Amino acid sequence: MYRFNFQPVFDNLDMLAHGAWLTVQLSSLAMAIGLVVSVLGAVAKTSGIKPLRWIVDAYVEVIRNTPFLIQIFFIFFGLPALGISMSHNTAALVALVVNVGAYGTEIIRAGIESIPQGQIEAGRALALSPVQIFRHVVLKPALRNIYPSLTSQFIYLMLTSSVVSVISATDLAAAGADLNARTFASFEIYLVLTVLYFLLALGFSTLFATLRRVFFDYPAGR
Amino acid sequence: MIREFSSADVLFILMAIRWTLILSLIAFAGGAVGGMALALARTSQARALRWISIAFIQVFQGTPLLMQLFLVYFGLAVLGLPIDPLLAAAVALTLHASAFLGEIWRGAIQAVPQGQSEAATALALSYGDRMRHVVLPQAMRTATAPTVGFLVQLIKGTSLASIIGFTELTRAGQIVNNATFQPFLVFGTVAVFYFILCWPLSLLARRMEARMRLAVTR
Repeated sequence: MYRFNFQPVFDNLDMLAHGAWLTVQLSSLAMAIGLVVSVLGAVAKTSGIKPLRWIVDAYVEVIRNTPFLIQIFFIFFGLPALGISMSHNTAALVALVVNVGAYGTEIIRAGIESIPQGQIEAGRALALSPVQIFRHVVLKPALRNIYPSLTSQFIYLMLTSSVVSVISATDLAAAGADLNARTFASFEIYLVLTVLYFLLALGFSTLFATLRRVFFDYPAGR
Repeated sequence: MIREFSSADVLFILMAIRWTLILSLIAFAGGAVGGMALALARTSQARALRWISIAFIQVFQGTPLLMQLFLVYFGLAVLGLPIDPLLAAAVALTLHASAFLGEIWRGAIQAVPQGQSEAATALALSYGDRMRHVVLPQAMRTATAPTVGFLVQLIKGTSLASIIGFTELTRAGQIVNNATFQPFLVFGTVAVFYFILCWPLSLLARRMEARMRLAVTR
């Protein structure tokens, strides 16, 4: 009969809490930079410049059709062969940015394409500059359309980020692995880790639902 | 001893693909059964069934697959079973696939117009007949594209089984890398193999989706 022993977990809750904080930081930073990559990717894809579109297409397809684990191995172990070496944590961040950038590019492209052409022409008729049109006529309504996909992508990113512990980057999963190596209360530790990830996901989805009501709760045009 | 990355290594990695495929197939088959049960429970009249289904889906979609793998792996010991990476990976991925397929298929079932169900009930069809002959065949049309899309996610997900020590494509790559120390080439090769497995499925899913959209707008 298995005897549960949660003592090592409870004795080290501060360590796990710190790990959770690192996970939040890592995924938020990756999402923020990943969004920039996504917007650039989406603009390049819809620009009509063919070589640019091909490059972005290849990037998106390669990332979406290979596992994140292989991507992070390639970046952390493989790239030093080309003279690009990074610390564990930097490699983790870069891998997450590269990964979420590909998914984000597709989401934002769909958002841009969800804006009817007539709306852009209306903006032009009002003598708005291209930058103004992009910001007010395209970006904001597009953001509202893609908000649900973007926020669930963030939560997915946060869950995926647990994989960075395999290259010894520091996050919640790594804190758990550390604790496991010292105490061997494996099942108990991973049970608590799972609960912590679940609470993080739940917390963020509640936060995102609240933000949506604050920023995007005006009547739809169509 | 460091040796060259040779064609024998490529063959070793290539052969490991079968374990990636076997694991994906087991998880997909198990997930299809579990997912169907969850989708039916989620759309049933019984409140308790709906809640259980919602909770299951929420938990498995709200936690990392890596944690699910570890939990099942160490959970086997808790149950007094021998720790076996293939068994652990198969069980964890089956549960994971059940939750995602359950959610996809719930949406497809709910997308079938209510009137179809009502008409079937008016014709005195039993629940089983109504589902089998009226609702599910129509739900299948909406469900196929996202189901194929999920299959890609599942194949990629099997790579995490390498972390609990199951030798599939990713772990074969790690083994070869440890012997040859050519990470750029080795993981590049592994990535190419995953891409060859996943890309056709992605394209298929996208084509099905486009055809679906055409059928809906017409």
